[in-house]
Amino acid sequence: MDFFALAAQNLMTPMILCFALGLAAALARSDLTVPEAMAKAMSLYLLFAIGFKGGVSVASHGLDASLGLSLLAGVILSFALPFIAYALLRAMTQLSALDAAAVSAHYGSISIVTFVTATTVLAGRGIEAEGYMVAVAAAMEAPAIVSALWLVARSGAGPRMDARLWHEILLNGSIVLLVGSFLIGALTGDGGMTRIESFIVSPFQGVLCLFLLDMGLVAGRGMRGAEGNLGFGALAFGVLMPMIGAAFGLGAALILGLSAGGAALMMTLAASASYIAVPAAMRVALPEANPSVYLTLSLGVTFPFNLVIGIPTYVAIALAVIKG
Amino acid sequence: MQMHPAKRVEIIIEAPMEARLTEALTEAGVTGFTILPVLGGSGRSGQWSREGQVGRSGMVSVVCIIKPERLDTLLDAAFAVVQRHIGVVTVTDAQVLRAERF
Repeated sequence: MDFFALAAQNLMTPMILCFALGLAAALARSDLTVPEAMAKAMSLYLLFAIGFKGGVSVASHGLDASLGLSLLAGVILSFALPFIAYALLRAMTQLSALDAAAVSAHYGSISIVTFVTATTVLAGRGIEAEGYMVAVAAAMEAPAIVSALWLVARSGAGPRMDARLWHEILLNGSIVLLVGSFLIGALTGDGGMTRIESFIVSPFQGVLCLFLLDMGLVAGRGMRGAEGNLGFGALAFGVLMPMIGAAFGLGAALILGLSAGGAALMMTLAASASYIAVPAAMRVALPEANPSVYLTLSLGVTFPFNLVIGIPTYVAIALAVIKG
Repeated sequence: MQMHPAKRVEIIIEAPMEARLTEALTEAGVTGFTILPVLGGSGRSGQWSREGQVGRSGMVSVVCIIKPERLDTLLDAAFAVVQRHIGVVTVTDAQVLRAERF
């Protein structure tokens, strides 16, 4: 079937295979590591490149109301998904209300690496997507945290929220670099792209391969940590929730009239779970929540699922639905 | 050589809390401290390692050397920050060469 051929084709890419290599190395307890500073540098490069390219795309195609509506849809999704995640977690697992709320914040927010991988898969297949989806990704980082903290406050616990934490969440390095490079790309357009193309286009996939190798190592260690930490219900949630999120993402894309590529990215954003911004926020706001539960679910279960099975599936569904 | 008694306070705390802790220490008049990365360890939550940590996560160690009479002020300030968080606070006796610097 075309769908399965498409999914298999997406799996046999250097990026996914590098991720699989990292995963296998970590599970086999190899001493393979990527230095922390190098991983940080690669993530800065990827954020800059993806933001800049999105900005250039917006400069080429022009701005219209769909940007604002897509941002609004992304924010609404990010606010809403934690409530669904929370209800599912309470029904499917033995997690406390506090842990369930902390996990739900991760599933309303997004994983930028998953998003970057999805854009690369689309580009590799020559599928165009709205450039402003990068801005939607940035807008979806924080609202989920508000929903999760509201869920906790409702149950009587007192999350530690202050202006400083909001400052840290809204101006965290990833968001600043992503939005900043998006604006630089939008301002400088094709002329700017010509100047730095050799830096941000050609090496991109190679850098992404190495970064995903590291993410494979991280996810593999997370999977090892899942032993005894997570029950069957929680593991099932880590696979079910991305599919539910993707369905909501597809619904939003259809309402907005996004292209098939844009729909695939909206599905990926709604399906992905944060493992950088939200865990740091949870450590400050909800220190009693167990970090091994939310990190293991997000990094050890949902991230690999999205990368290996999710993204090809979302792309295939988006193509089938939007073109159909 | 003349040595002077001092207290060495080591606070191992989650990285996202680092700035809050150092600000609380500064407000309490403790302006000298050293921040060290922590590679990994084992505790009530099991084993953990800095390896594979992404973002602003992991643990840091904040080390202060102070005069013994200022210990309670420091501990009050530190405790207000670390009370609800994963971490370890230890106090050990130390000796310093230049007492006027602490």
